[in-house]
Amino acid sequence: MIYATNGSGDCKNAVSIKNLTVKYRETPAIAGVSLDVLEGDYLGIIGPNGGGKTTLLKAILGLVTPSCGKISVYGRKPGKSEKLIGYVPQISALDKAFPITVRQVVQTGMLKPNFTLFHQYTQKDKEKADEYLKRVGIYKLKDRMISQLSGGEFQKMLIARALAVEPKLLLLDEPTASVDASSAEQIFSLLSELNQSMTIIMVTHDLLAVSSQVKTLACMNGRLVYHGGTQLNEEIAKALYGYPLDLLKHGGMQGI
Amino acid sequence: MLLSLFQYQFVQNAVIASIFASIVCGIIGVIIVEKRLIMMSGGIAHTSYGGVGMGYFFGFEPIIGALFISVLAALGIGYIKRRGGTRSDVVIGLFWSLGMALGILFIAMMPGYPPDLTSYLFGSILSVTRGDIYFMAAFTFIVVLVITILFSYWEAYMFDEEFASIIGIKTAFMEYLLFVLIAMSVVVLIRVVGIILILALFTAPTAIAGLLAKNLKLRMVLSIMIGSLFCFAGLWLSYVLNVASGAAIVILSAIGYLFVYITFLIKSKLRNEIN
Repeated sequence: MIYATNGSGDCKNAVSIKNLTVKYRETPAIAGVSLDVLEGDYLGIIGPNGGGKTTLLKAILGLVTPSCGKISVYGRKPGKSEKLIGYVPQISALDKAFPITVRQVVQTGMLKPNFTLFHQYTQKDKEKADEYLKRVGIYKLKDRMISQLSGGEFQKMLIARALAVEPKLLLLDEPTASVDASSAEQIFSLLSELNQSMTIIMVTHDLLAVSSQVKTLACMNGRLVYHGGTQLNEEIAKALYGYPLDLLKHGGMQGI
Repeated sequence: MLLSLFQYQFVQNAVIASIFASIVCGIIGVIIVEKRLIMMSGGIAHTSYGGVGMGYFFGFEPIIGALFISVLAALGIGYIKRRGGTRSDVVIGLFWSLGMALGILFIAMMPGYPPDLTSYLFGSILSVTRGDIYFMAAFTFIVVLVITILFSYWEAYMFDEEFASIIGIKTAFMEYLLFVLIAMSVVVLIRVVGIILILALFTAPTAIAGLLAKNLKLRMVLSIMIGSLFCFAGLWLSYVLNVASGAAIVILSAIGYLFVYITFLIKSKLRNEIN
């Protein structure tokens, strides 16, 4: 396979997905997805549970193998794109009781792929970690145990860890899922700031955020229902959730 | 009176063996409890019984057989877990029983009187020889070394394996390595508490240390100390009451854990009431 050598097109794409299908055993989680994410974009991915949002994210990360189709991240295969992608997982996937401090977590983002025997974090690593913590606004918590953090603080710490990778592309899986409203606001304003220097792809349930924050929108329901500007219309909402947009607006938007 | 006991070679050996056992348990125990690999470790331990039987049958040192088979089981279980096709607990269950069954088969096929295998099943710390000590020392050293030289990576792997693999750390390699280390720890522990009782020594000191220690290194060091304490106390108890040392150590560990757990429970209840 040839990546990023066929002229101008691919160079501007942070992520290029062509006809992607991922199956778990025989059941397709996503089918026939083609999607280009431009460099500098801020893409929000929405869709119902089981719609394949997380699967799409995992395919970009190289954590699941596609049954067919192609993905390239800055012209490289997924899984070979280490140090290009900063990943922010869902909080619920992690053990909050793990004995580690906030700064130590951020430092793990600086580990290099090749093993260095007797590796120790240097003073410089520490200072860098502190910088990232300042950037996400939780510097004063640097020596706290992670078990003492609130949901919002934990999420910010994970963003700082992703930044420690010094990525060109930031992938976030529901960054505001277990976070209070004011932290969510802070996280969104942080993300728009970060978007000035990196591409962002965010899976979210937060429809309000989608309309106000992201630049482009992708709607997943097993396949790619919509990809484009942030103006959702009736037809798309129906294809996504099976009922018109009015209901989404009036009923609890965030919990869908 | 207690001091005069130390004049005996077998008591010295028992104490040294207890220390080695506590070291591997403290280090590996913390990792397997955090990564939820306790049953997998149980599987690896029990499979090694097949190796013990094999050793007797073919006439080589049974502990070498145990090492060989448990490493094989570790790699096998690791491979199947990674492929994720068959549910790994099914495979662990099968390995667990198959290993034991092979052990029984080999022993049954041996000509002459069957050897007494209770020391492998339940441990017999007072019969540890100088040769055993050297053997245990070597494997304890390997375990400590491998964990120390890659400590930063182990920490990242334990906290968030997925993230570690995304930034390019070879987590698959680390997982296999961990399984082999578990197999080696099993071999160190067999003489002290025996195959069947190993899980208690892997979990109890670690769980207590987990309630007390706030960082990973400290948690390991503390569980080594708590493990030693249980081993020494168990040793003494087995001497006084004339019961099997492995059983004494395990019962003490379980009681110790329950005691600390209940203390913590009451403490947090009291704190809640004050608030």
